[in-house]
Amino acid sequence: MSDEYKDNKIEAKSADSSSGGYAPPVEHIPAKEAPEQELYHAKSFWTKWVFSQDAKVIGVQYALTATAIGLVGLVLSWGMRLQLGFPETFSFLGPATYYQSVTMHGMIMVIYLLTALFLGGFGNYLIPLMVGARDMVFPYVNMVSYWVFLAAVLVLIASFFVPGGPTGAGWTLYPPQAILPGTPGSEYGIVLMLVSLSMFVIGFTMGGLNYVITVLQARTRGMTMMRMPLTVWGIFTATILALLAFPALFVACIMMTLDSILGTSFFMPDIFTMGEKLKTGGGSPILFQHLFWFFGHPEVYIVALPAFGIVSDLISVHARKNIFGYRMMVWAIVIIGALSFVVWAHHMYVSGMNPYFGFFFATTTLIIAVPTAIKVYNWVLTLWRGNIHLTIPMLFALGFIVTFVNGGITGLFLGNVIIDIPLSDTYFVVAHFHMVMGIAPLMVVFGAIYHWYPLITGRHLNQTLGKIHFWVTFLGAYAIYFPMHYLGFIGVPRRYFEMYDSPYMTSAIGLNQFITIAALIVGFTQILFLYNIFSSVFKGEKSERNPWKANSLEWHTSDYPPTHGNFGKELPVVYRWPYDFSVPGSDKEYIPQDVPPSQVSTAKAEIT
Amino acid sequence: MSNKELNIFKLLSQKPWEPAQAALDNEHDGKTFGLSKAKLGVRTVMVVSTVIFSLFVVSYSDRMLVHDWKSLSEPWLLWINTIILIFASFIFNKAKVYSDQNNFNKSKNALLLVGFLTFSFITGQLLVWQHFVSIGQYASTNPANAFFYLFTALHGLHLLGGLFFWGKATTKLLTNNFNVSKTKQAIELCAIYWHFLLIVWLILFGLMIAT
Amino acid sequence: MFVAIIFALVIVGSIIFHFWSPWWWTPVASNWGNIDDNIILSFWVTGTVFVVVCLFMAYCVWRYRYRPDRKAEYKPEDKKLEFRLTLITALGVAALLAPGLVTWNQYISVPKDAMKIEVLAYQWGWNFRLPGNDGALGTTSVSLISDENPYGLNPEDPNSKDDILVMDADLHLKINQTVKIELRSLDVLHNFYIPQFRAKMDMIPGIISYYWFIPEKKGDFEILCAEYCGLGHYVMRGRVLVDDEKDYSNWLARQITYEKMLAQKSVEKKLLIAENKN
Repeated sequence: MSDEYKDNKIEAKSADSSSGGYAPPVEHIPAKEAPEQELYHAKSFWTKWVFSQDAKVIGVQYALTATAIGLVGLVLSWGMRLQLGFPETFSFLGPATYYQSVTMHGMIMVIYLLTALFLGGFGNYLIPLMVGARDMVFPYVNMVSYWVFLAAVLVLIASFFVPGGPTGAGWTLYPPQAILPGTPGSEYGIVLMLVSLSMFVIGFTMGGLNYVITVLQARTRGMTMMRMPLTVWGIFTATILALLAFPALFVACIMMTLDSILGTSFFMPDIFTMGEKLKTGGGSPILFQHLFWFFGHPEVYIVALPAFGIVSDLISVHARKNIFGYRMMVWAIVIIGALSFVVWAHHMYVSGMNPYFGFFFATTTLIIAVPTAIKVYNWVLTLWRGNIHLTIPMLFALGFIVTFVNGGITGLFLGNVIIDIPLSDTYFVVAHFHMVMGIAPLMVVFGAIYHWYPLITGRHLNQTLGKIHFWVTFLGAYAIYFPMHYLGFIGVPRRYFEMYDSPYMTSAIGLNQFITIAALIVGFTQILFLYNIFSSVFKGEKSERNPWKANSLEWHTSDYPPTHGNFGKELPVVYRWPYDFSVPGSDKEYIPQDVPPSQVSTAKAEIT
Repeated sequence: MSNKELNIFKLLSQKPWEPAQAALDNEHDGKTFGLSKAKLGVRTVMVVSTVIFSLFVVSYSDRMLVHDWKSLSEPWLLWINTIILIFASFIFNKAKVYSDQNNFNKSKNALLLVGFLTFSFITGQLLVWQHFVSIGQYASTNPANAFFYLFTALHGLHLLGGLFFWGKATTKLLTNNFNVSKTKQAIELCAIYWHFLLIVWLILFGLMIAT
Repeated sequence: MFVAIIFALVIVGSIIFHFWSPWWWTPVASNWGNIDDNIILSFWVTGTVFVVVCLFMAYCVWRYRYRPDRKAEYKPEDKKLEFRLTLITALGVAALLAPGLVTWNQYISVPKDAMKIEVLAYQWGWNFRLPGNDGALGTTSVSLISDENPYGLNPEDPNSKDDILVMDADLHLKINQTVKIELRSLDVLHNFYIPQFRAKMDMIPGIISYYWFIPEKKGDFEILCAEYCGLGHYVMRGRVLVDDEKDYSNWLARQITYEKMLAQKSVEKKLLIAENKN
């Protein structure tokens, strides 16, 4: 095996010399540089499936771990919803447990589920396959990345079992409240949370290094950046954001850990509590908020950009049409990524920071709406004059568009500083971010799983269960979060354990009960989905090669499903972009990326 | 080094579906930079570390303005440590030059000296810690102290990470069991990393003595 | 067909819910009615986009559903169309932003005639402090807090003597009196929020934040803490009562100044010492 790959490398190198044209010819790689890394070939079961260095296995490991911890997050949300909907019937939750559930639910869903799933899961599985690489560039580091992530998850779980329980500081962990005794888990829970987050950042940086450099340097011949599927663009840009944004979380976590353990005063101001003045003092809680949101806002796009990319590919493949405005889509991803670093303080309009910041951050925030809106237009314009197969991935993509547009426009409310004043810290915010970075990306996750499941396992998921899953999830989630915005208008603040003695609540009791019931139904449907995933591995209908007739490289590996090394003896050579569907004048309905022009009769990409 | 001209605007304005562009693209070798993966990896790590240290510096400057700030009295030992680190960086450069000339024997000696100097630096930093603790200057005593402990610890951990790779390269040279081009690259990358950490330290140290 | 109809129904249902559901904001009771106007404007602009985009999507799903004899169009891009869409979107965004920023400018520019009131938050309750006849609030420090001095007032500051201390969760305001509230927290983050006034700002220990408003309706309004502050966050309520001139003066007359409180406390102390001696 390894000898064969070596031969291939020599060929690949000789190809370098012939490159020319648009870019200045590449100088031969100087002798000093190390030769191409050889692929690591696992021998035993352990190195093949457990301590695996194969990005595909690591991707699946990431996805399974993220799903497992995500289930914990889901169950926590049920407890919260029961308390909010039926506070008198389900009185087993005290305020401490409620706040701990809120906190852990938020942190788990944002970081340990969505970030890990999109970048660790889809990123690992798809990047090497889609750019035509045999594996990630540093497979060993990639393996360590997963194990550090797993350790971070275990530390997080451990915090459920320490005295005082997990932290109940809210997922934003604002000091000084997070480490003062008025908050649950302020002694051990918060420290374990901070340690777990720091580990997550370290593990992610190892993985992120791989994703970025694989995309930049390990593409196959002919795969220019602008020939990459949008999925890769989305994950690639999101990873760069993560590499630059996670350090802020890391820094904030370390300083708060010291505040908590050593009694330093990075974030601890002069405080009078429990009848005495604390020894700490002079620190700035707002500094923490700046650091947190300097990470936190890009984090939104770390989740959203991969979703944007993946959904573009789903829509294109299942509508049998090239993605409309590919270049504009790439630009939008890059511009959104860049802008996401200058909008963070729109989470802090009511934080007491200098009010003049409001002008700047409201402007930058609303500017982001323009590239984002363009992406939406291009998705629906891709449907226009397409030939739409209403497969399950397509249904989820459509569900994504509705929920994303809905959640996106409420972002224009909250980004506009003056409108944020009455709405911030109310259920409007909760509804907004669940719609835009909870439901919308999850729609893409589900669509992507239905789309790529045949590639991973060689079998289809059960279609009937899939359709039930889609309709209940989409309609149910919409029914949860659309009305929830109006709770915010009434003025119901978020993070209230109960509020039925308040005049605002009388009209909202029925609504809260309705939301709770909808949430439970949607939650249980996800169990159905998990059942589908596990049972279809054995019982699913066998999938033929490339069932969706897609063009991108992952469907055109020598083995199906792809095996170790991804491609056979020779790496594929790319001759076109991945969106050659329904090309006029061609006899084929779709032309995969690795089909040379000579094999396509009269294949020309006509320009209109 | 990089000879590929990377103009991001030019790249992003390509129309991949046009036959003229396709003809050019088919010749592309799939690499964006004319750099090795390892070198790019080290650079990425340095970028991430730079962000971390910059955010600490920003926090430091913000915290400094509050009334309870008391500047640190830097012991003379810190100056000695700084000189040791400068020296280590200088010797590492020598090691790199020797290995470029295929003079691995000299390179090996230089590497050993670097290791000695770096460990001395870390020991020196620990001595400074001990000194502060012995005079009752704990992390919680004053925010300036807290930042001092934080900066030195983080910088020291970065150095320990570098020493791991230094150890791998040096062991290979000592046991005379090495791949020439790989070892050359390892020495070069470690040298770059040492220079980077020297610059980081000079900035942090400068910040702490200036305020 | 079925799919397109359901998507269209979701959109139509959302519109119906918006206009005919009973859940809507409480009537505004301060001068910040123009924040509501901004929200209404945003609703019309963004709501139109939402409805148009989603109905267009549903139409495409129906009109271009799969047929074996259909071939999709091949169109990599359309610069003119994309440029127009960008321009329209940018104009729409500007239309939302411009009035928003104008209102924000009002929100952060406090009128000169505003009466200053300090709101003091702690885990988990509210206290207030009004300036006396001098119209100025005395300076404070957390380190001065004691039983005799629950607000941490600076006894050296001449302004603090006649400050009126309202050690109660009820605050009375005079109708149509411009108020600048200065927000102070003793321990953790809080947020002084009255839904009917539409205004809100965090209270940060160590910093004094502020906002201003004019209570324009008489009534009894609930104060909610809107920044998570620990276990008792949800019970941290208070009341603002907006009175007419007469009721307000009556209430004010019953309040106690810092100086008086000090005197009372020292009398109590003397009594206590006297008792102990006996």
